[in-house]
Amino acid sequence: MTTDTTTASLAVREAASGTARRRITRNDVMMYAAILVFGIVAPIIFPNYTYQIAVLWLMVLFAQTWDLVGGQMGYNSLGNIFFFGAGMYICTVTQIGLFTDVGAYTSSSDGGQFEFSTEQYYIGVAVGLVLAAIGASVLAVMLGWIVFGLRGPYFAIGTLGIALGAGELVGAWEWVGGGGGIPIPVYPGSGDGKAFFYYALCFGTAVATFAFLKWLYSTRFGLAINAIRDDEEKAEAMGIHTLRHKTVAWAISAFFLGIAGGLFGNMTGFIEPLEVAFPVITFGIFMVAMALLGGKGTMWGPVLGAVLFHIIKETTWTYFLGWQWVALGVIIILNIMFFQQGIVGWMQEKWPDLFGIEVDRSLVADTADDRARGRGV
Amino acid sequence: MLDNLNLLALAPLLNIQLLLDGIFIGAIFALAGYGLALVWGVMNVKNLCQGEYVIMGGYFAWYAGTIGIHPILAMPVAVVVMFGFGWVIYRVIISRVVDKDMFTSLLATFGLAIVIQQGLNLAFGPEVQIAQSGLETRSFFDGAVTVSEIRFVSFVICCVLASLIVLFMKNSRMGQAIRATAQDARAARVMGIDTDRVYAFTYALNCAICAAAGVLISMIWVIQPFYGLTHSIRSFVIVTAAGFGNLPGVILAAFGIGVAEQFGGFILGAELQQATVVGILLLVLIWRQALMSRRRQALA
Amino acid sequence: MSNLIEVRGVTKTFGGVVANRDISIDVAPGQITGLIGPNGSGKTTLFNSIVGYHPIDEGSIKFKGKEISKLRVQQIARLGMVRTFQQTRIYGKLSGINNMLISVPHRNASFGDMFRPYGHEHRERAEHLLEFVGLYQKRKLPSGDLSFGQQKLLEFAMALMNEPEILLLDEPTAGINPTLINGLIDRLKRANSEFGITLFVIEHNMRVIMNLAHEIYCLAHGELLASGPPEKIQNDQRVIDAYLGAH
Repeated sequence: MTTDTTTASLAVREAASGTARRRITRNDVMMYAAILVFGIVAPIIFPNYTYQIAVLWLMVLFAQTWDLVGGQMGYNSLGNIFFFGAGMYICTVTQIGLFTDVGAYTSSSDGGQFEFSTEQYYIGVAVGLVLAAIGASVLAVMLGWIVFGLRGPYFAIGTLGIALGAGELVGAWEWVGGGGGIPIPVYPGSGDGKAFFYYALCFGTAVATFAFLKWLYSTRFGLAINAIRDDEEKAEAMGIHTLRHKTVAWAISAFFLGIAGGLFGNMTGFIEPLEVAFPVITFGIFMVAMALLGGKGTMWGPVLGAVLFHIIKETTWTYFLGWQWVALGVIIILNIMFFQQGIVGWMQEKWPDLFGIEVDRSLVADTADDRARGRGV
Repeated sequence: MLDNLNLLALAPLLNIQLLLDGIFIGAIFALAGYGLALVWGVMNVKNLCQGEYVIMGGYFAWYAGTIGIHPILAMPVAVVVMFGFGWVIYRVIISRVVDKDMFTSLLATFGLAIVIQQGLNLAFGPEVQIAQSGLETRSFFDGAVTVSEIRFVSFVICCVLASLIVLFMKNSRMGQAIRATAQDARAARVMGIDTDRVYAFTYALNCAICAAAGVLISMIWVIQPFYGLTHSIRSFVIVTAAGFGNLPGVILAAFGIGVAEQFGGFILGAELQQATVVGILLLVLIWRQALMSRRRQALA
Repeated sequence: MSNLIEVRGVTKTFGGVVANRDISIDVAPGQITGLIGPNGSGKTTLFNSIVGYHPIDEGSIKFKGKEISKLRVQQIARLGMVRTFQQTRIYGKLSGINNMLISVPHRNASFGDMFRPYGHEHRERAEHLLEFVGLYQKRKLPSGDLSFGQQKLLEFAMALMNEPEILLLDEPTAGINPTLINGLIDRLKRANSEFGITLFVIEHNMRVIMNLAHEIYCLAHGELLASGPPEKIQNDQRVIDAYLGAH
C-alpha cells in the first residue's frame, strides 16, 4: 500500500477519536441527567399521574423495541405486540402457578379464593418478569425461523397474523382463563404503594432498554442490522449472518416487550386476551405510529415520538367524544403521507451537523467523475 | 375436537354441507381477493383496508333491508357509491403513497382501515348484523344438507360479476390500459397511457368489487364493523397463494380458504374461526417460503 | 497448484431457455481471469451459479477443491469468494466508512462477535482502502450521495475489505467515465499483485479485458466458445464473429 504516511496517521488519529459514531458530548450528559431527574421526581410532583407516567415509559419502550426491528433493521412488523401479550400471560401464569393450581385459580370467577402472602407476591412478580422476558425471547427465536424468510409485505402481514391469531388462541384456552381473562394477584399494600412500585419498575425497564439499545447500536450489531435494512441481498453476498442478526434483534425486542407485558398486566390488575394482552389495533399500532412520528431508525426519534404521542393522547383523548380512534387513524395516515421521516429524521435533514452527518455542499452540479479527473486519478 | 372429527366420519353428508358452504363463501372471497390482486399487481399497493371496503358494502345492503328495500337491490347503489369513494380515496391518499416503499402503502391503508372501522362503529354500532334476504332454505337428503336459496343466488351473482370483470379487462380500452400498466408502468406512460388515471380507476374498481362482495356477505353471513381485518387477511392469503393476474388461481385459492375455514371452524369450534384464517395465512406463507428456499439464497 | 475455481459441465436453464450449456471453466489462483461474450451470452448467469444465487441443473462447481454448487450465497461468501454487482449495490444510508466497516470478513465470526465494537485495526484498514480507491475525502458522506462511479469504487473497496481469496467482478467498468477506467484497471491490477487476490472479471469492454486478464473465456449463446490468453482470443475468428454477429 502506498499511502502517504502522514495522511494515514492523521486518519488513524481521527478514527480513534470517534468519527464514525458521535461521541458523548456535554449536551448529551445534560439531557440524560434531565431525563433521569424527571423520571425520579415525576411521581413525587405529580402523584395523581403516576400511572399515566408509568405507561408513558412503557410507550417509550414500545417505540424503541419496534424501532430496533422496524427502523434500524427495516423489517416492519405489525405484530410485535404479540411479545407484550405473551410476556403478560407468562408472567401472570408464573405468579399464580408458583403457589397454586392455575386451572383452579382461573376457573373461579373472581380468582379470590387464593390469598397470596406478601412474600409470595414479590417472589411471583420477580420470577414472573424474568420468565416473561426469557419466554418472549424464546418465542421470538422460534417464530423468527418462520417469518424471517418473508420479506416486505409478507413479513408485515405474517406478523400481524401471528398477533391476531394469538389473541384468538389464548381466548379459547380455558386453562389461562380463556376470553374471560385472569384477575392478577392483588398487591399487598396501598394503592399508592402499588403505583410507585410499578412506576419504578417501568421507568427502570425503559431506561435499561434505552441504555442497552444505545450500547447495541454502537457495536458491530448496529451496523449489521442497518446493512440488512439498506440492502439485504448485498449483506448476504458479503457473508453477513443475516438470519442470526435478524433473529437476535427480534429476540432482544421481545425480551423487553415481555417485561413490559408482565408489568402492564400487574398494573392493570386484570388481563384478558383481546383488549389487554394482544391489542393489535391499539398498542400494536401505537408503537409503529410513535416510532414513525419521532423518526424511525434514529436513537431519539422513538423516545420523542412516544412522549409526544402519549401526551397528546392523554390530554386530548377525552375531548374527541368517541372519535378518538378515527383521529388515531387520521394521524397515522397524515404522518405517513406528509411526514414520513419523522421529527428527528426531519431535524437530521435540516441540521445534519448536529447529528454528526456530513453533507457534501460542493456536490451540487459537480459530478464525481469530474472531480476525480481533477484529482488526476 | 376429536368428537367433531368423529362426527364428520360418521355423517358423510355433513362433509358435503361444509364443502358446499365453503364454496358458496369462497366465491365471495374470490371477488375481494381478485380486487386485491388487481391493486397489488397493477399499482403495487398492498391494500390493508380491503376487508373494510367489503364491510362497507355490506352495510349498504343491511341499511336497505332496514328501510324495507330488498338488500340485493342495494348492490348497484353500493357498487357505484363505492366506486366513487375509491376514486376519492385514491386522489386524496393512495396517489401520495403509490410510488413510495411498500410499508408506506401498507401502513397508510392500515390507518384507513382503522378510520373506516371506527367510523362504521360510530355510525351503526358494534352489533353483528345480517341483511335479511327473505328467501327460503332448501333441504336435500332428508334435511341432512341444507342450502339457503340466497347462497345459491349469491353464487350465481359472483359468477356473473367475475365474467363481467374478465370481459371488461379483455375488451375495454380501460381494461387493456390496466393490463398494460400492470406489465410496465413506465412503458405504458411512454406510450401515452395516463397511468395516474389507470391507477385511480383500478383502485376505484377494487372498491366497487369489494362492495359487491360485501352486499353478498351481509346476506349469507354476518357483518360487523371490526370484521374487516379478517376479510383483508383472507384476501392476502388468496393473493399470496395465487399470485397476480391469475383468475383461475384466485378462484381456486378462494374456494380452498372458504372450505378450509368451514372445516376448521367446525372441527376446532366456531370461536377459533378467525384463528383458522390466520393459521391458513401462516401455512401459505411457510409454503411459499419453502418454495423460495429451493432457490439457494432464501435462508441462511 | 490446483485451480481456485473449477466449473465442470454446468448447465442452467430458465424455463425452456438454456442460459448456460455444459460450461467448464478454470480460474487459476493469483491470476486475473476474464469472462467475455456478447449480451445475453450467459455470463452473469454463470456468475450467479458460482456464487450460489440460484441452483444449477447439472454439473459441478468447486472452490478450492470443495463442492459449492449446493451451498447458499452467505456460506460461499464466507469461504472467501466475494462478488460485486452489475448494478452497484452499497448500503446507501450509511457513510462510506461504515460501509467499509460492515464489510469486515465474517468468515470466523462467532456468535459473540456480533456484539463487539470495531477494532482500531478495522478502522485503519478501512481508511487505507478508501484512500486506495480515492474516496478518503468522502468517507463520512452518506454513500447514497456519491456518484455512480464513486459507488462502484466504494463497492470495490468493500469487497477488498472482506479480504476475499477471489473477487468476482461483474462489469466493473460499466457506466464509468472513460477517463476513470484507466485508474480502475490500475487498481484492479494492484489488488491482484499487491493484495494477492485472484480476480474473475466479466467485462464488456474488449480493450479493458485484453489489458487486464491473463486468461480469457468467451461465451456465446450460453456455450463456451473459446478460451486462452488475450492474444489468442483477440485473433480468434469465432470470437470476432460472435461479437460482430451480435451487433
